[in-house]
Amino acid sequence: MKTRTFLAFVAPSLLMMLVFIATPLVSVFLQSFYEKRTVFQQVTVENCTPGFLTQTCTKETRSVPKLGPDGKPETVTSFVGLDVYRRLIEPTKIAAAFSPGGGGWADIAKIDFWKALRFTLTFTLITLPLVVGLGLAIALAVNSISKMWRGPVIFATLLPFIITPVIGALSIRWLFLGDGILTRLIEWAISRDVSMFAQGWTIEVMMIIYKVWHVVPFAFVVFYAALQTLDRDTLESAIVDGASRLERLRYVVLPHLQPLILFVALIHLMDSYRVFDEVVGFSSQAHVISLQYLTYSFLTPDETGNRAIARASASSMLTMVGIVILLTPLLLRTWRDQRSKR
Amino acid sequence: MKKMLLAGVAAVMMMSGQAMAACAFKNEVPVKSLTAAFDAWKAVTAAMAECGNVQAELDQQFRTKQPQAFAANPALYHIGGVANGTLTPLLNAGTIRPLDALVAKYGQNLNPNQLIKVNGQTIAIAMMVNAQHLVFRQDILSELGVAVPKTYDEVLAAAEKIKASGKIQYPLGGTFKAGWDLAQDFNNMYAGFGGTFVKPDNTPALAGEAGEKALAMMKRLSTYMDPEFLVADSTFVQKQFQQGKIAMANLWGSRVGALEDPKESQVVGKIGVASAPLAMAGGKPSTTVWWDGIVIAKNISDAEADAAFRVAMEGIDEEMVKANNAAAVWLVKGYQTTKLAEGVIASANGGAINYPSTTAMGLIHSAVGERIADFMSGKADAKATLAAIEASYLTKAKEQGLVK
Repeated sequence: MKTRTFLAFVAPSLLMMLVFIATPLVSVFLQSFYEKRTVFQQVTVENCTPGFLTQTCTKETRSVPKLGPDGKPETVTSFVGLDVYRRLIEPTKIAAAFSPGGGGWADIAKIDFWKALRFTLTFTLITLPLVVGLGLAIALAVNSISKMWRGPVIFATLLPFIITPVIGALSIRWLFLGDGILTRLIEWAISRDVSMFAQGWTIEVMMIIYKVWHVVPFAFVVFYAALQTLDRDTLESAIVDGASRLERLRYVVLPHLQPLILFVALIHLMDSYRVFDEVVGFSSQAHVISLQYLTYSFLTPDETGNRAIARASASSMLTMVGIVILLTPLLLRTWRDQRSKR
Repeated sequence: MKKMLLAGVAAVMMMSGQAMAACAFKNEVPVKSLTAAFDAWKAVTAAMAECGNVQAELDQQFRTKQPQAFAANPALYHIGGVANGTLTPLLNAGTIRPLDALVAKYGQNLNPNQLIKVNGQTIAIAMMVNAQHLVFRQDILSELGVAVPKTYDEVLAAAEKIKASGKIQYPLGGTFKAGWDLAQDFNNMYAGFGGTFVKPDNTPALAGEAGEKALAMMKRLSTYMDPEFLVADSTFVQKQFQQGKIAMANLWGSRVGALEDPKESQVVGKIGVASAPLAMAGGKPSTTVWWDGIVIAKNISDAEADAAFRVAMEGIDEEMVKANNAAAVWLVKGYQTTKLAEGVIASANGGAINYPSTTAMGLIHSAVGERIADFMSGKADAKATLAAIEASYLTKAKEQGLVK
């Protein structure tokens, strides 16, 4: 393709990316260095609240926002440099944790950001091999059953992927919450009291199982499609050469699937690093939170209606940096593969 | 992937152009309301709907929706259902209007104590008081010969007896859901130990004996609760009661009615209520008194405000209270106190503090909500938790400009 034609074709999407991705990113980046504060003033006011059949009126000094001429609270925006990032990462607490008398990793796990990062990474890195492995296993299994059964089996396998994530998470949660059906079953099987939502690690296990259950169909579909394009001749000649089932998998099937395994891994890394639905669906925020959830919780108005926009921006910038680091090895690999093919 | 939080939404749309049965006037102006979703609000919004052209949205997530919806111009709702805590953001943002003129015009039937005043101006109309107080299974306590507990030590002793009797495995319930609910329980307990939340200069005052004692007491209570207590919100505790799984809890007055509802409860007629227990001898009941009521948005036309206020007055009139007497502890004329209201009334009259509608309190509540779960799940001790709460509060207060 001529460069001109190429540019003409990609120009619209480049423009869209600029407007809808790059601009907001820059804006978020800038916002993470600024803080908007409300101007408060001390006033003495009389307030009345009801008791039952009585009324309590008290005169007290209160800090109330100063309303501007337009009836909205006055605010001041100021540049705060890296303050917001410092508040998120808390370097002083990290230093304290590793100095003599500090609590080490346990102390760091109490800082929201690191706590969220810890869970996000665990979640991502544990689900990744499970999703790829199980997806491949199911694809190979379905590929080898008789044609008659394939349709229904594929349909049934895809079901978890169709279910809306929050709904899926909620239904699994209800199976285990309190005396849920499956909790009862486990209790009966090991004859002791089980509370799946009383500690962090059981919730994490459930979230991981849920995620794998939800995403494996995607991996399966991709791998299954790729298996259909597998060169029959190569496979047959391998059989003629006396290659065992395992050897055929190792030397014929896997190399054929390799780019797609990378693709699925890439997509899954991006997807699961943004874990959020699971935290909401399983109400795990008391025990474990994810980076995305952290940003969301900063954006949720607190009891005074205020949102921590600056901290939310900073945490989403850090989330982005994290995912870039995580994806780099895979992207490098893909790039090298592409180059060697040319 | 859709990142939507659809959790507690119970939106009931009541578009009614007909059946203006019990409304004194025919409302021609479309009016929308956003309120919480418990029984009292169901009754009030149903009564408002009788006037016609009323669209009521009942949503337990109203807390997070309201500030934005009222800040819009024109506001997305005309009538807002608020309580002490949820009034603060609206008040701070200046998105609700003073009601004095409307009260003079349409508020003849209001009791004086229904008027919520800030700086001499009426800014909200209260309809009911609410408080967390002791709800218990009268039948179980009587059977075991246990007197109704007056202090938390007695609650623990009673819980021990119930547990030992084998009647109920986890005798206590608690609105200990991580976040707002758990923080509210801490506030109650802390107030019970005589603590103050902030110093006059808005810096936090939680670290200290009262805070540590409050945390320790909550931990002791939790040992008698279902170990999954960190997911227990009011609805969860209400269900535990209804299914006979718990015998005592410090539960909202607004939830007691449902325990006596034969349609959903298995413990009808077995429930007793009492003042919130004392945390320490000579202290005040460990709870905070709340009111629920209505506000009118500022960013709407005067004609709309007029209609909205009239509709709201119809919603909280005598007729509605008579038909729904048991749904809440109403402040409205015509309310007859019931046996189930005694807990709220005893707590309020016992001197429990009113939950303060201040920015500082709102931030304290948020900060406690963020940090306290770590204490309950054993990840941090009391001192560290209180320090973390104070640090989190200061971060918020500085960000907002409340503390320099």
